[in-house]
Amino acid sequence: MHVVIIGNGITGATAALELRQLDADCRITMISGESKFHFSRPALMYIFMGHMSYQQTKPHPDSTWADNRIELLRDWITDIDTASKQLSLHKGGTLDYDRLLIATGARSNKFGWPGQDLQGVQGLYDLPDLKRLHDNVITAKQAVIVGGGLIGIELAEMLHSCGVPVTFLVRESSYWNNVLPEPESAMVSRLIRQAGFGLKLETGLKEIEDDGTGRVGAIITDKDERIECQLVGLTAGVSPNIQLVKETAIDTGRGILVDWSLRTNVADVFAAGDCAEIVTEGDGRNLLQQVWYTGKMQARIAARGLAGLEATYDPGIWYNSAKFLDLEYHTYGQVNLCIPAEQNLYWEHPDGLHSIRIVYLADRVIGINTMGVRFRHRLCEAWIAEQRPLEYVLEHLAEANFDPEFCRRFEAHAAAQFSKAVA
Amino acid sequence: MPLPADTLSYDFDEEGVGFGAPKTPAAAHGDGLSGAQKIALTMVGLGLLSLVAQVSGGFIAGSWLGLATSIGLLAVGAILAFWLQHRDSVAGIKHDGIFFSSLLARGSAAWIAGIGMTGLYVLLYWYPQYLGQPVVGGEPTGLIRVVDPLARLMTGYPASQWFLYGVLYTGAIFVFGVRMIMKYRHNRYQQIRTASVAFFQLVFAWFLPNLLVRFRQPYMEFNGVWPLKQNYLWPEKAAGQFLDAGAFGIFLLCFAVALVVATPVLTYFFGKRWYCSWVCGCGGLAETLGDPFRQLSSKSTRAWQIERWMIHSVLVIVLVVTASLWIDYKMTGNLYGSWSGPLRQWYGFFIGAVFSGVVGVGFYPLLGSRVWCRFGCPQAAILGLWQRFFSRFRITTNGGQCMSCGNCSTYCEMGIDVRAYAEKGENIVRSSCVGCGICAAVCPRGVLKLENGGTHADRYAGAATPITAFLDALEHRPKLVMPVAASGSQRDDPAVKRK
Ligand SMILES: Cc1cc2nc3c(=O)[nH]c(=O)nc-3n(C[C@H](O)[C@H](O)[C@H](O)COP(=O)(O)OP(=O)(O)OC[C@H]3O[C@@H](n4cnc5c(N)ncnc54)[C@H](O)[C@@H]3O)c2cc1C
Ligand code: SF4
Ligand code: SF4
Repeated sequence: MHVVIIGNGITGATAALELRQLDADCRITMISGESKFHFSRPALMYIFMGHMSYQQTKPHPDSTWADNRIELLRDWITDIDTASKQLSLHKGGTLDYDRLLIATGARSNKFGWPGQDLQGVQGLYDLPDLKRLHDNVITAKQAVIVGGGLIGIELAEMLHSCGVPVTFLVRESSYWNNVLPEPESAMVSRLIRQAGFGLKLETGLKEIEDDGTGRVGAIITDKDERIECQLVGLTAGVSPNIQLVKETAIDTGRGILVDWSLRTNVADVFAAGDCAEIVTEGDGRNLLQQVWYTGKMQARIAARGLAGLEATYDPGIWYNSAKFLDLEYHTYGQVNLCIPAEQNLYWEHPDGLHSIRIVYLADRVIGINTMGVRFRHRLCEAWIAEQRPLEYVLEHLAEANFDPEFCRRFEAHAAAQFSKAVA
Repeated sequence: MPLPADTLSYDFDEEGVGFGAPKTPAAAHGDGLSGAQKIALTMVGLGLLSLVAQVSGGFIAGSWLGLATSIGLLAVGAILAFWLQHRDSVAGIKHDGIFFSSLLARGSAAWIAGIGMTGLYVLLYWYPQYLGQPVVGGEPTGLIRVVDPLARLMTGYPASQWFLYGVLYTGAIFVFGVRMIMKYRHNRYQQIRTASVAFFQLVFAWFLPNLLVRFRQPYMEFNGVWPLKQNYLWPEKAAGQFLDAGAFGIFLLCFAVALVVATPVLTYFFGKRWYCSWVCGCGGLAETLGDPFRQLSSKSTRAWQIERWMIHSVLVIVLVVTASLWIDYKMTGNLYGSWSGPLRQWYGFFIGAVFSGVVGVGFYPLLGSRVWCRFGCPQAAILGLWQRFFSRFRITTNGGQCMSCGNCSTYCEMGIDVRAYAEKGENIVRSSCVGCGICAAVCPRGVLKLENGGTHADRYAGAATPITAFLDALEHRPKLVMPVAASGSQRDDPAVKRK
């Protein structure tokens, strides 16, 4: 049996290795046009800033793939023929498969802005973007980043590290406040300004101007302000990368539509990771998960399917972490989702660099957010899964701390304030 | 739908050509040095100039003024420069541009620095006369003369090459210790640990030993333990010097033995870090002067295999040499005869001088900061065995938060592929880990934490029977195939758990 995996991101790579554990004999081919080996996409910024070489962002030694008999192919797939189970390769030729996993990831959003295809306008998603950034910074005296999210702030940090001034255009009234509650969002906004970045809130992009040579010369905001710039970063979110499958027999919505076993509507074709949209029956919304760990978890389920085994995806309790400049952020469970009857407790250190938030219902805690404080994933997860009441969590709050030894501890302080607020 | 043309045409060789440093953009500003920083750097320059002048011409050499305006000015200037460099920055990771730097990423500057540092060791060990070491009874000249006033004050004797070495060594730990404390000021573990190594170097390895010399007692570094300072248990030293020095000698012997006995106990509770990253002088230099070079340690499986063979071989050699010297001593020379002297010399040459000095420190800019500690130190080997098989210390990983970026592995000076454990949510229980805590400090997702744990038993599979685990380990070399998605990961996977 020949299993072909399109994409060598975390989803493709995890699926390939997991499949090898499940099935010692099948032939496995993993294809990507982006790089020869799997690398860590979240580490893109560290390559640019010189924290690591590209080689160091590869999670496994190069020999891993040969040792596990996973064939690697550096090429772009240009077409999928599901009837004859055949893929077309850009460099020529075709490849037959018995089972297929599509793990093509995502792409930066472009919302049809005039001028969005000019030279100097780019997203930050993959190695081609990194290459573009190297070319684009050479002439950049000023950069504008459109859309404030996790990738936007990373791009800003990258540009800052090589001396290019940055202005953010953010549609929301405060940085990333569609995800972060107001005080945390204010904290990040403050840090962004302190770092010397321009931050224009409630401001969108209207148009990107050509400087006469096919390169960007300026942008115009939806408030008709003109900002001269030679580089525009488009970081207004990402969408599933489904171009390849758009005109095939495989059903798509926002992403590639799959069931909870990550099977598409076509037999023997699976999809997982950033490109997959899990169809939810009933009135629930379809599930589109675009982070590292969900790609990894979905890959394990898909690998079981590829091996002919049964498995159902269980997203478990949501968590994530990120870093805004030097501020670390951890989140567990449901925060800022306006759940009916939810209540919030929030503590912030006077220095404005540490905070703890607990979201709870009458009988249980449903979410935890921390800024500048590290919390234990497994403990927070257990509290939420076991539906622990607020009193219990407050009593045990200090146990959740995961900061290095000798760091200042804030949990006792926060818990005391919380207990007082509740009483 | 066809893929975009610029996607299809992308075929860059990320492995061979790589990305390199971004070209200086049009907007880049000047050197960015403040006035105060310029003054600090001027002090460093003047100190160097004065040093060169004194070594070549004499003039104020050998006076307190000479010492203060050379090494003194250099040290103060450098401390000031590091302090100013980090004072105004936001507390956090400072790694911008490291892999573009010629000095820090094995470029030509690193070779020059490596050769320079190695050269200093070669002079110290084999050609001290070029540093100004006098023939017996004479007065020191050259570089050694610069520290002469301090030597006379401390020890009552003229300076020697080893006194010079002690001053430079301790000075480097202090200057680069300040850098370390400022650089990691978001992490108190780093600050306290750095203060600790600086303290032990100054008091236990420099001040007290020199005081011993002053009172004509046997020289001893109080933070040195057999087998790192293996000659402490050589017959002449132990029986001859320590015991014959009367009550004081006995005290020193007890001190040394206590360390040997205390070692397993402290290591059980805290891991080998209590010594390697908090007390040891070699570790002290590696964690301060060596910190800028920590990313150069090799993470390859091959290096790991060499490491395991080499460090344990050195341990066996030390044990054998020490034991056989004692037998020889008891047999009044019947075992080795006239060979016992050369044996010691050879050991001292290869392990003491070449390995720990020339390669261990001289090659910082080429091989990373802990070459000696990783490949050659017998003390690290013993502590490592304790730590691996019977200790409460482990590095825990924060559930599923790791995104495999590789910062932890890159900045681990011991060449441990921390990420390989972190991304599977496993504890890191490795004999070589010196507990420097840098992996935890640099992780951008808060994934790693050094912990002493309440018990030894939950650290690794088989921890309940450490002796069996040890015997098993003797049969396994590190596997070339990392069990990437092996069964361990299932435990961490809520999706599979519920099946
Ligand atoms: C800058 C940045 C920072 C991030 N930081 C974080 C973070 O801190 N934490 C977190 O959880 N998530 C982070 N993410 C998101 C995370 O990287 C993604 O969720 C994850 O990489 C998705 O993995 P994947 O394998 O599904 O897809 P991808 O990693 O996108 O891999 C898809 C692969 O498929 C290949 N491919 C696509 N089409 C074709 C084709 N037609 N032919 C051949 N190959 C093809 C692509 O070249 C690519 O290599 C970040 C993303 C970015 C861009
Ligand atoms: S543990 Fe942290 S530093 Fe290491 S790979 Fe994971 S996220 Fe990166
Ligand atoms: S694993 Fe971490 S604590 Fe141990 S030596 Fe490496 S960087 Fe230091």
